[in-house]
Amino acid sequence: MTLESVQTAVQTGPDAPPLSTAQVVARGRVRRTARRRWVIGVLAALIVLGYAVSLLVGQTFYSPAEVIGVILGQDVPGASFTVGRLRLPRATLAVLAGLCFGLGGVTFQTMLRNPLASPDIIGISSGASAAAAFAIVSLSISGTAVSALAIGAGLGVALLIYTLSFKGGVLGTRLILIGIGIAAMLDSLTAYVLSRAAMWDLQEATRWLTGNLNGVSWAQTVPVLVALVLLAPVLLGQSRNLSMSQLGDDTASALGVRVERSRLILIIAAVGLIAFATAAAGPIAFVAFLAGPIAARIVGPGVSLLVPAALVGALLVLVGDFLGQFAFGTRLPVGVITGVLGAPYLIYLIIRTNRAGGSL
Amino acid sequence: MTHTHTLAVQDLTLGYGDRTVIDGLDLVLPAGRITAIVGANACGKSTLLRSMSRLLVPRSGQVLLDGKQVHRMPAKELARTLGLLPQSPIAPEGITVADLVGRGRNPHQRMFSRWSAEDDEAVAAALDATDTASLADRSVDELSGGQRQRVWIAMALAQQTDLLLLDEPTTFLDVSHQVEVLDLLTDLNRSRGTTIVMVLHDLNLAARYADHLIALADGRVHAVGDPHEVLTEDTVQAVFGLSSRVLLDPTSGRPMMLPIGRHNVSVPA
Ligand SMILES: Nc1ncnc2c1ncn2[C@@H]1O[C@H](COP(=O)(O)OP(=O)(O)O)[C@@H](O)[C@H]1O
Ligand SMILES: [Mg+2]
Repeated sequence: MTLESVQTAVQTGPDAPPLSTAQVVARGRVRRTARRRWVIGVLAALIVLGYAVSLLVGQTFYSPAEVIGVILGQDVPGASFTVGRLRLPRATLAVLAGLCFGLGGVTFQTMLRNPLASPDIIGISSGASAAAAFAIVSLSISGTAVSALAIGAGLGVALLIYTLSFKGGVLGTRLILIGIGIAAMLDSLTAYVLSRAAMWDLQEATRWLTGNLNGVSWAQTVPVLVALVLLAPVLLGQSRNLSMSQLGDDTASALGVRVERSRLILIIAAVGLIAFATAAAGPIAFVAFLAGPIAARIVGPGVSLLVPAALVGALLVLVGDFLGQFAFGTRLPVGVITGVLGAPYLIYLIIRTNRAGGSL
Repeated sequence: MTHTHTLAVQDLTLGYGDRTVIDGLDLVLPAGRITAIVGANACGKSTLLRSMSRLLVPRSGQVLLDGKQVHRMPAKELARTLGLLPQSPIAPEGITVADLVGRGRNPHQRMFSRWSAEDDEAVAAALDATDTASLADRSVDELSGGQRQRVWIAMALAQQTDLLLLDEPTTFLDVSHQVEVLDLLTDLNRSRGTTIVMVLHDLNLAARYADHLIALADGRVHAVGDPHEVLTEDTVQAVFGLSSRVLLDPTSGRPMMLPIGRHNVSVPA
């Protein structure tokens, strides 16, 4: 027996006929998609679990019956306020914002073929945050107008980086460096806006600088839900084009992708998601940046990362916020926890990029 | 796959920014034949190919596929007829061979459609034709240059187009792999009638494998036609600024160019 036939026999059993090429192709495809589906199932289950724990556990423990009562709109003494007004909107926003950051982040990273090209590294989140902080703290406006300003600023930053780094069609490290510079400028702008505020409020300040879910109400949560319902389907509709764009513009175009149009849709939808989430929760540090690479690690190469990255994002914010509230004796904003997770990875990537061109 | 399609270029002007690269070009690419495009570095060969697959919008003039402007055709419809393998395609990190070749099915799939048995068959046929079936589950990152190039060609084959444009498909390959790739493309042309248009750097291989040769210089066609008419000492001088001898290859009967540098020139006795 040749070595090859032995290997085939070991893999498929002694009596199985050798697989045809089409069967081998089908087998590889089924394996890839099965792993992705499995990962999505586990992540979704973990989110449900984390969400439940966030509603039940806190300064006071409420029983599942009490929590369900509150969700069904019954008047449960104590729980109606603590769970209904505090924990429920907060945990819901954690999940929704995490989904938005995960989707927006992995879209940019995949499109630009670089994990450093995430909206929270290249200044898009900083732009949205600066605009939201300015609107709320200096202009005292609230609601949809804040989100609109945040989107405007996010798109403005995206356009600015694109124009500054577009040189004969080559985007790359240049875009990232320009983005990092713009992010630093916008963050100091946010700090300036906050320092000029009539009343210095630490909660507000940490929200716009690193992201914070303290004191969140439904008024902040609902717009994020609306954005997600409207924009996530747009992104998912571009999922195949996004995967094709990894092959480079020339190949994607030759394979029937309308590259420019697809890129425009992806940028607008991703910036929209990031901006809405930022206007509600602040630029929760590194969630957009971490979700995609973590998802890529666990689902393996060659499958769409949009849904897995969204779920990883939600889990990061949910768990980060819970740990921030209860794990350290003092209440830490969620952005501090995710920031501590993300910083070492950022340093690792920058070191690696210096050696070779990075990719997701 | 026996439909013959004519691809033609009329008064085509292409450029980037305010630089003109291709200037008022007219060409007809013969259906069902192998055409090779040759020319000096940076003379616009890739630019021309990119425009033919509508990646680059013409400044003026048009690219016509069966009389229809390619820049007005729906993207996927064009991609089911005309394939392009770019000069330096990018493989996503960690992607497997079968997965990459499967990307060639994109123009045959709808936005949310499921992967069909037909797609698997097409990918398998492409792997078999390029002798890469044994690599199907391997990661593209791990392959040798020659294997990788065959995988890219397999991706273009999975697209099942009647016309295939290839930008320097043999660059970075050693001579035996170059010949292997060109033999593969010739098989494809002979067995399925696929029209092949390729940019080649090696003039001798171009003259050997092409039915039709196009020499570009300064954004224009310098010479076009049968390799015997195009590969001449004058053309080599005009297009590459190189003096040379052109002889007949005793094996194929095709013209063959020997460059003459400033050194190693012996005076005939
Ligand atoms: N994306 C681009 N932006 C600007 N100039 C380009 C671009 N691509 C190619 N060029 C320029 O156009 C000219 C022709 O390039 P190209 O078509 O790639 O040449 P060839 O393939 O014949 O070597 C070159 O001078 C090159 O620098
Ligand atoms: Mg070229």
